[in-house]
Amino acid sequence: MKITLTTLAAALVATPLIAGEVAPASVTFGEYGEIEQSLTGQPGDPENGGLVMKNKSIGNCIACHQVSALSDQPFHGEIGPSLDGAGDRWEEADLRGIVANAKQMFPGTIMPAYYKTEGFTRPGNAYTGKAPEGDLDPLLTAQQIEDVVAFLVAQKEE
Amino acid sequence: MKFKALTAIAALVVAPGLALAQADDDNLVINGEIEAVTKTAAPAHMEDTGVDTIMSGWHFRSDETQALQMDDFDNPGMIFVDLGIEQWNKVEGEAGNSCASCHEGPESMEGVRAVYPKWNEDAGEVRTLAHQINACRTENMEAEPYKYTGGQMANMEALISSKSRGMPVNVAIDGPVAEVWERGKELYYTRTGQLELSCANCHEDNYGNMIRADHLSQGQINGFPTYRLKNAKLNTSHARFKGCVRDTRAETFTPGGPEFIALELYVASRGNGLSVEGPSVRN
Ligand code: HEC
Ligand code: HEC
Ligand code: HEC
Repeated sequence: MKITLTTLAAALVATPLIAGEVAPASVTFGEYGEIEQSLTGQPGDPENGGLVMKNKSIGNCIACHQVSALSDQPFHGEIGPSLDGAGDRWEEADLRGIVANAKQMFPGTIMPAYYKTEGFTRPGNAYTGKAPEGDLDPLLTAQQIEDVVAFLVAQKEE
Repeated sequence: MKFKALTAIAALVVAPGLALAQADDDNLVINGEIEAVTKTAAPAHMEDTGVDTIMSGWHFRSDETQALQMDDFDNPGMIFVDLGIEQWNKVEGEAGNSCASCHEGPESMEGVRAVYPKWNEDAGEVRTLAHQINACRTENMEAEPYKYTGGQMANMEALISSKSRGMPVNVAIDGPVAEVWERGKELYYTRTGQLELSCANCHEDNYGNMIRADHLSQGQINGFPTYRLKNAKLNTSHARFKGCVRDTRAETFTPGGPEFIALELYVASRGNGLSVEGPSVRN
């Protein structure tokens, strides 16, 4: 979380909305916080999803979660539960909801909302500590969310 | 949603405070003579936080890092204390004074670190130690203030803190400071930035846990200024606050500004009862 040079790179990752994608403000959550509809209409790429999850300057999910399938990268955190077997525990729509905005499923959770652009207190310009210039990009793009969801769906233990 | 998902959620509801199992049980004795209190009962004002024991950040560091703080010959922070002594004796400013002109030796600062930030009656404000040092520079020496989180300030804070090592932190939270303290508490629990994280999310709910490669402590400031192996210099508390707020992808507050003064008072008060350790060693 602290190497500013690499985290700065995160600012460059987000891209403008692509036609056919659901914008962060237009996402419809179900009763429990699930999202039925794909954010892109395109299938997710689980391999890229794994990269997003372990890369410190993109998803950095392993800062908080242990994930055996990503053990080539050291130092998995223990703030959240292990994501091994996530595909057994959750439907695809649940996982999409959790990754896009976990606060819908788990009110008050420490887990950041990865597909949200409004409603923050003192948001900054990525990790510069400065005020943002213009509108915020979500932490992950719609396709990155779908890629992560595809990775999680494939995490089966049973 | 599958039935199993519900049971998974139930498994996640862990009482706060259980994490403390992971702070070690070592004892901090500095130079074989100063026995520091590094774990003690939380002050009364923390009753509703679920934290019953407060702990120095020293407990969350490796044995090697801990050892560096146990002997002044090994503690790289003490080099900066020596620089602080030079600054103490140096005449600067229009009035022709050094700190020593009015305060004699640095020993006169015994006990001072432990009670800051504190109310200054004449100025009618809560003063941090850094603000008081700069007030003496500008008013009593007619010299330029130190940069708030700069090297010279850190050196002087290290010198002054070193004279209180082993004494319990004891900042007042009531009376004229009460309003500022409440503001600091509010900031401590405010979830900032695009990651929407508060100090409490990491340092109250998750101390003892690993966040990526970092072992989370309670974020106490009894050890400041801290010598960090990572940047090989002394770090002030406001610089640390700034870094932690920045890491939530937030616009930070200004070091020395009203928000961080309030936060410092509140965070210091969460350490009431721990020993002053500055300059401490962290990674
Ligand atoms: C700051 C820590 C943090 C980060 C970063 C984080 N999470 Fe979480 N996550 C949690 C916590 C804590 C929970 C448990 C829910 C709660 O708060 O009750 C959780 C829950 C989950 C769950 C449901 C747990 C289960 O039963 O399997 C999934 C799936 C998940 N996170 C995926 C992710 C993904 C994917 C990322 C990265 C894009 C991520 N998390 C980033 C903290 C985090
Ligand atoms: C001309 C005399 C004078 C000089 C020079 C001076 N001070 Fe002071 N200082 C005072 C007085 C008088 C007080 C107490 C009044 C007050 O609290 O405002 C004080 C208070 C302090 C305190 C607070 C002590 C406490 O118990 O709360 C600190 C810390 C301090 N000075 C540090 C310094 C440092 C460091 C320097 C040199 C950079 C310095 N002073 C130079 C006169 C001086
Ligand atoms: C995302 C998690 C996170 C958040 C949020 C956070 N910090 Fe930290 N903080 C850390 C980490 C990691 C460290 C280094 C390891 C440690 O001592 O916990 C640290 C260290 C510290 C330290 C140094 C402790 C010592 O003994 O050297 C202080 C003080 C501190 N934080 C205060 C704060 C304050 C005040 C806030 C709120 C403005 C805050 N932190 C928010 C993660 C966080």
